[in-house]
Amino acid sequence: MAERPEDLNLPNAVITRIIKEALPDGVNVSKEARRAISQAASVFVLYATSCANNFAMKAKRKTLNAGDVLAAMEEMEFQRFMEPLREALEVYKKDQKGKKEVSEQKRKDKEKKIDTDSSKCREEEEPEEEEEEQQRMEEEPEEEEEEVEN
Amino acid sequence: MSQSTPDKDNQTSGAKKTISLPISRVRLIMKSSPDVSSINQDALFLTTKATELFVQHLALTSFTNSSGGETNTLEYSDLAKTAETIDTFHFLTDILPKKILARDYLKSLEQMQDEDADF
Repeated sequence: MAERPEDLNLPNAVITRIIKEALPDGVNVSKEARRAISQAASVFVLYATSCANNFAMKAKRKTLNAGDVLAAMEEMEFQRFMEPLREALEVYKKDQKGKKEVSEQKRKDKEKKIDTDSSKCREEEEPEEEEEEQQRMEEEPEEEEEEVEN
Repeated sequence: MSQSTPDKDNQTSGAKKTISLPISRVRLIMKSSPDVSSINQDALFLTTKATELFVQHLALTSFTNSSGGETNTLEYSDLAKTAETIDTFHFLTDILPKKILARDYLKSLEQMQDEDADF
């Protein structure tokens, strides 16, 4: 749950960058306009969520899924977003799958290593273990993001 | 389905590059809606991406519709005009009200009172 009202704002720096990228070079955006777009984006999220939730409820589901969000875009008459969204989702899914495969491969490698390590001498083993540990630490924050449902 | 432009090919290098807004913040906003119980990862990703597309679309639409080509600046009034005149952006009229001067407001208030007095 959001603790403070500011928690419902999107980060200004990112919003500013997205606006700049959308507009032709050399166009300025007034501070007031930037703030207004940022607020509009938050309202858009709420509106889209509410529409998507209606679709989920109609289907007697409790969890919002990709289909609900796409249906919401259509209902909100943002059909123009649907194709880019589908494409982005494909890429995203592929990436997620790729990540999972990589981490599974690493786990398998580790298991294999442990098997072979038992026959190795101790001095060789230790530095390798440290490296593994580091790799795992780098992976972990990304994996956490996968568990959104609760 | 998957006609990829060079721009999109670049994005395949990592999920992080496909979206720039923070997913966690978008989830927080979505969850602030009381009816929503849970959101799956794909829906969250899509909403985040859609919000980025929306920001681009709103900015560009407002800029192309604005009369102020001479200043080359996107102003608040351009956004308010977009919310008022373009149907898909109507839901923004509450948070993007048109600004009017106090003296104009008082004048219209007076007019309304005059009309009321007629009855």
